[in-house]
Amino acid sequence: MSYEIIGISVLWIFLYGYLIVASIDFGAGFFAFYARATGKDHLINRLISRYLSPVWEITNVFFVFFFIGLIGFFPSAAHYYGSSLLVPGSIAIVLIAIRGSFYAFENYGSKKNIVFLFLYGATGLLIPASLSVALVLSEGGFIMENNGVVTLEYMKLLTSPLAWSIVALAITSVLFISASFLTFYADRADDQPALKLLRGYALFWSTPTIIAAFTAFLYLSQYNARHFQNMMNLWWLLGLSVVFFLIVLWLLYKERRYGWAFMSVMLQFGCAFFAYGIGHYPYILDPYITVQGSATGEAMGIALIAAFIGGLLLLIPSLALVFRLFLFDADYVKGKR
Amino acid sequence: MMIDTVLWSRLVTGLTLSFHVIFATIGVAIPLMIAIAELVGIRKKDHHYTLMAKRWTRGFIISVAVGVVTGTAISLQLALVWPNFMQLAGNVIALPLFMEVFAFFFEAIFLGIYLYTWDRFRNPYLHWLLTIPIVLGASMSAFFITTVNGFMNQPAGFSLVNGQFTAVYPLQAMFNEATPSKVFHVLTSAYMTGAALLAAIAAFSILRKGATDYTKKALKLMMSVLLVFSFLTALAGDTAAKFLAEHQPEKLAAAEWHFETEKGADLIFFGWLNAEREIIGALHIPKALSFLAFSDFNAEVTGLNEFPANEQPPLWIHYLFDFMASIGFILLAISAIFFVFLLWRKRNEYNRWLLRSIVLGAPLAFLAVELGWFYAEVGRQPWIIRGYMRVEEAATTSPSIMPLFFLFLLLYIVLGTLCIIVLRRLFRNNPAEVELEKIAATHAAKVKEEGELQS
Repeated sequence: MSYEIIGISVLWIFLYGYLIVASIDFGAGFFAFYARATGKDHLINRLISRYLSPVWEITNVFFVFFFIGLIGFFPSAAHYYGSSLLVPGSIAIVLIAIRGSFYAFENYGSKKNIVFLFLYGATGLLIPASLSVALVLSEGGFIMENNGVVTLEYMKLLTSPLAWSIVALAITSVLFISASFLTFYADRADDQPALKLLRGYALFWSTPTIIAAFTAFLYLSQYNARHFQNMMNLWWLLGLSVVFFLIVLWLLYKERRYGWAFMSVMLQFGCAFFAYGIGHYPYILDPYITVQGSATGEAMGIALIAAFIGGLLLLIPSLALVFRLFLFDADYVKGKR
Repeated sequence: MMIDTVLWSRLVTGLTLSFHVIFATIGVAIPLMIAIAELVGIRKKDHHYTLMAKRWTRGFIISVAVGVVTGTAISLQLALVWPNFMQLAGNVIALPLFMEVFAFFFEAIFLGIYLYTWDRFRNPYLHWLLTIPIVLGASMSAFFITTVNGFMNQPAGFSLVNGQFTAVYPLQAMFNEATPSKVFHVLTSAYMTGAALLAAIAAFSILRKGATDYTKKALKLMMSVLLVFSFLTALAGDTAAKFLAEHQPEKLAAAEWHFETEKGADLIFFGWLNAEREIIGALHIPKALSFLAFSDFNAEVTGLNEFPANEQPPLWIHYLFDFMASIGFILLAISAIFFVFLLWRKRNEYNRWLLRSIVLGAPLAFLAVELGWFYAEVGRQPWIIRGYMRVEEAATTSPSIMPLFFLFLLLYIVLGTLCIIVLRRLFRNNPAEVELEKIAATHAAKVKEEGELQS
């Protein structure tokens, strides 16, 4: 396998990792605020902050990792995405800055500040919306290059049904993934009232998520026939995704095996995400950047993969330690330590 | 119009980096201080030091949050504001950038564990061991990102063919000739600044509320760290100057207002220039520049006039250099005086004037970090990759960069203010003495309970 294929696969796996951990984080922010606004915060906020406090920084690194990896393996991406995303990217930076620092201010500093909590919850939905714009751009047609000057066609983007359906999908998925994880976490903590509330959220958000997914798929078929056709060739992967979704619904409905339910959520999104990604190949930005045409030199590509393997040898045991201490330690989850 | 967007691009990046470097310095330095305090606490079985480590960690986590988000900002801005730079240089500097993220990842994981496991291990050394990956991760990310900056100053490890970097050797690019002296200077000055900050907090508390055992111990511990690292910083600064003399003579010449190439060059301290580039009112130290640059009073130092006018850095960097170096020596002097007073029994090391200068030392140290970076970066003008790419070729062409400057300015004002308010609230309502009483009370209760069990 050539190094650029390894590169893009690694990046796609990391983006998938970010999708899961960030969704849990972003959704939890929204639920924490929503629960406060509806007077149910005593039920779940302690649970949420117990999980999030040790891991919020790690979530942030996943994003930087994907981003730096992308411009490392494919430097032309910096030219096209960098030039065209100056304004939306800067807005995303501001949102991420507000969210990250206000989380720390609220949790380690001044407790019970409703303004901080509101901004934390609101940015939790705005950030996935703004980041998903990059996925829309990758379909092509929104970025124009004339004489080496790259511009973003804002009007075209803002009036595109594809763009809005992907934004809707991002927001609903965030809430669905987060609610199903927190349901599992509440179950581990043996916290019945929180479990009841969060299970309700998860069941509620499952429907809009699947509707948004089909809508986005429909608009993609109109917008980029090549990508759509490639995905249709991977029909079995999309079918598996639907099967996992049905398993999630069944388990949530039957009120049992929440761990398996969350695993199924991960597999549901994993199948769809990889069908989307493989269908996108060979373009990173249609039609300007392809995987082969824009990869960095071989020496750097191999050095990056070596660094990546070295990094994983360090990270996997460390992440396993985090999971053991904060996710699978029943006493910690229940709040005894 | 072109020039305008370039200037705004520089201002946006300068703004983000100036703000980030405050928190980045804290982020590199404070973990080491926490590790030292916790280890001293365990070894001496003195809960004062353990409490010190706990309180510093609590403040540290707030500043880490701001450091993380501004660090994310700068990593994104690299591509957003300098897309052509990243397209070209990304082929050569991707490796250290990538590894920097790994180091940061490593630190983030263990910081989370460290914070939430204070009482989870029976053996106190196990919890202390968690500080090692944090200190390493913080210092390694400083190392990797400094190699990128070193590359921009002293490019190496590639050949340029038709405007593209080819035949890239990633490790040669990382370990370019600027890397050793830069990393040495960045790390020592960061540790020095961290120690100056924590010493200043202890000194401030003594000035306000009188000395307690806790504040005395904190002050003494941090002053000894400050003494070591202000000495090492001076040494690192000297190494860096010698590097400049050999490899980037235009930067040193601009900083020293050394126009004509000559042997036995004078060191010029402060002063100003008139319209004819003549130096007025400066302190001249005979032959000191030659000695500083080459350890030889009669060595020849290249003058700025040897370089074409459009490749000369601006001359005002002279003041940045002089202020930075002066502050370094002031900090070294303050810490040395503290220990002279401490050892010389007749003198009181808690002299109010000495304490006041220790308090003043913290903002001065941060100022010196800023000035040093401004000197390093402005002194590289007009290049973004010295000798290969000029700043105006690298910047974005989008006119939106101007309003974005004000957006980020507003963001940093809000973050900075809130950070200070939150930190004040965290410590003002909860002084160390109250916490110590609480610890003593729970300890006493435990002893009593055990006694009752035995009887």
